[in-house]
Amino acid sequence: MKFGILISEGPYTHQATDSAYHFVKAALEAGHEVPRVFFYHDGVNVATSLSVPPQDERNIQQQWSALAKDHGVDLVVCIAAAQRRGMLDENEAKRQGKTAHNIAEGFRISGLGQLIEMGIETDRLMTFGD
Amino acid sequence: MEDDVKKFLYVNRKAPYGTIYALESLEVVLIGAAFDQDVSLAFLDDGVFQLTKSQDTADIGVKNFSPTFRALGDYEVTKLYVEKESLEERGLTADDLQEIVWEDEDDDYEEKPSIRIVSRAEMADVMADQDVILSF
Amino acid sequence: MATLHTVNKSPFANQSLLSCLAHAKDGDTVLMIEDGVYGAGKGTGLAEAMTAMASRVALVALQPDLNARGLVADRILDGVKTVDYAGFVELAASHDRTQAWL
Repeated sequence: MKFGILISEGPYTHQATDSAYHFVKAALEAGHEVPRVFFYHDGVNVATSLSVPPQDERNIQQQWSALAKDHGVDLVVCIAAAQRRGMLDENEAKRQGKTAHNIAEGFRISGLGQLIEMGIETDRLMTFGD
Repeated sequence: MEDDVKKFLYVNRKAPYGTIYALESLEVVLIGAAFDQDVSLAFLDDGVFQLTKSQDTADIGVKNFSPTFRALGDYEVTKLYVEKESLEERGLTADDLQEIVWEDEDDDYEEKPSIRIVSRAEMADVMADQDVILSF
Repeated sequence: MATLHTVNKSPFANQSLLSCLAHAKDGDTVLMIEDGVYGAGKGTGLAEAMTAMASRVALVALQPDLNARGLVADRILDGVKTVDYAGFVELAASHDRTQAWL
């Protein structure tokens, strides 16, 4: 079965991203597919490459990047929500005349259409948020 | 499932302005309209506050997005279910909500109301009849 | 054609669990996760209403979230089942749709 995942709350403040991560891991272990995870609202902040949590704490961004690398999960960050919150990839930073970009490996910025498409193409849509 | 058309329900349970959820939910609805799915919106609990008249955000410096609901008909989003009990609990009636209409091209472009006031039991039926439920 | 409802808020802070229960259909499942698991507690002001619901919807709580909050087995309402994340995935797969009561 194909699961699509919507994450609409930011990391560290709220448990939503952790719950989603454990759900996705369990789904993959059970042999299901998770073709895409869509990050919306403050959820886009998961994708920052500049987060430096204490060494004895989980690194939420790295956990997701590893899932993308090991299982081909497509991690999509909503462009409209990301731009509001200062999350830019290299192309977008250039286009907007900004001096830095901060989208971590395994994540990509795209439009809200990717969320709708995920709803159409997966069997179940799971939402984790606040 | 017919022709890959899925029933999408956007569930709105949060008030506008205090948090961004209502606005960013509406942004998904507008983008999603291009995908030719069977779209409905549900307003219950504090979500009913999104549709009230007389919203004026000038003094809080935030965009007033309530007029956008009146444009939904142009995007062929014509089913806005509003829960009667949620209105009543908040001291509201249908008259406190904006008038939102759509033009029915199959009926000589007659303007028809988009808001459908439903009971809690009817809202539960609407929810149970969907393929994809998006909550913000 | 049943729905898996997820609730992640404490019912003592917010209406989500009550609203979810008021909209759930017979045969649906309500899964309490994150702070939602406080709704599964014994001896609360909600316990009676929860027990009454258990006859028509399945009430389930996520074990890792119960553990994290020190909600040990003898503090959980009779009639509430528990699952781990693998069980959460199974519930999502075995119901026709999921609805998150955020």
